[in-house]
Amino acid sequence: MNEITKALKAAFPHTIPVFTGFTFLGIAFGILMNTKGYGLGWTVLMSLLVFAGSAQYVTVNFLTSVFNPIYVLLLTLIVNARHLFYGISMLDKYRDTGKFKPYLIFGLCDETFSILCSTNPPEGVNRNWFMFFITLLNHSYWVLGSALGGLLGYMVSFNTKGLDFVLTALFVVIFIGQWKTQRNHGPAIIGVLCSVICLIIFGRSNFIIPSMFAILAVLTVFRKKMTGEGIA
Amino acid sequence: MTLTPVQTLIIILMATLGTVITRFLPFILFSGKNGNHPYITYLGNVLPYSAIGLLVVYCLKDVNLLKSPFGLPEAVAITCIALLHYWKNNVLLSIGTGTIVYMFLVQRVFQ
Repeated sequence: MNEITKALKAAFPHTIPVFTGFTFLGIAFGILMNTKGYGLGWTVLMSLLVFAGSAQYVTVNFLTSVFNPIYVLLLTLIVNARHLFYGISMLDKYRDTGKFKPYLIFGLCDETFSILCSTNPPEGVNRNWFMFFITLLNHSYWVLGSALGGLLGYMVSFNTKGLDFVLTALFVVIFIGQWKTQRNHGPAIIGVLCSVICLIIFGRSNFIIPSMFAILAVLTVFRKKMTGEGIA
Repeated sequence: MTLTPVQTLIIILMATLGTVITRFLPFILFSGKNGNHPYITYLGNVLPYSAIGLLVVYCLKDVNLLKSPFGLPEAVAITCIALLHYWKNNVLLSIGTGTIVYMFLVQRVFQ
């Protein structure tokens, strides 16, 4: 038991920034779900099972439109495509995690990844429990934040028109963050251009899947050039 | 609520499945002796950037540039986010301010 407490104590400080962020975004998500007519139960269930902010925000749009499960699956796949890269990066660190492994992989969101790939437990702290608690704490913040938002949605009745924009803001901020750290802006530009062109050609309800194929095709064609410019 | 509870549950499970696939796939494909395939590694490196580009466009897909307010609330809010993010580099500050600016514009200025 002492070993477990020690790991929890070592893990907690690393998760404080995520606590702040997930509370804010979780509340926004809970309120958003509420404005779309979905109560606390649905909000908590989604945060518990999906545990992926951007995917959940996108999914909200599909709760209030035509029933289209295949689109949700495909969109979640492309929204979360970056996780493939996280997974590849963590192959080595997660190799000997035994019974923790399934949950560690399940909870590998952007924030958990950024902490775990850059942090090692202090001397004498069990590595598996340490990584488990960072994942679990982040997961809990997200679920509790969403629950809080779901509750606030019942009690506070301020004008929430435009609150969905928090999603756009999130992606714009991620886009800018990536732009600043990347020398080669090709993949970002390809993503925007292919999508805009497909949006114009196929219209707003049908452009996502063509965009995905267009992006894959263009990225494949320009692979040599991208690799040459030091991206891969 | 426009979907039935069963449909809602299916949508949530699909989002779960999609997320679980993206998180587990590398570990399933490249466990043990299987080295990284160079093409998959390449896609893993570049797709995150393209996907976020697609998402930004996806979020703005309903903006009509030909009709009032001509996408102005979005343009102003995104400009605020970009300037603030380059200046302070604080994710929450940028997201929070951008959202408040946007809500103010659509609620008070361009009604």
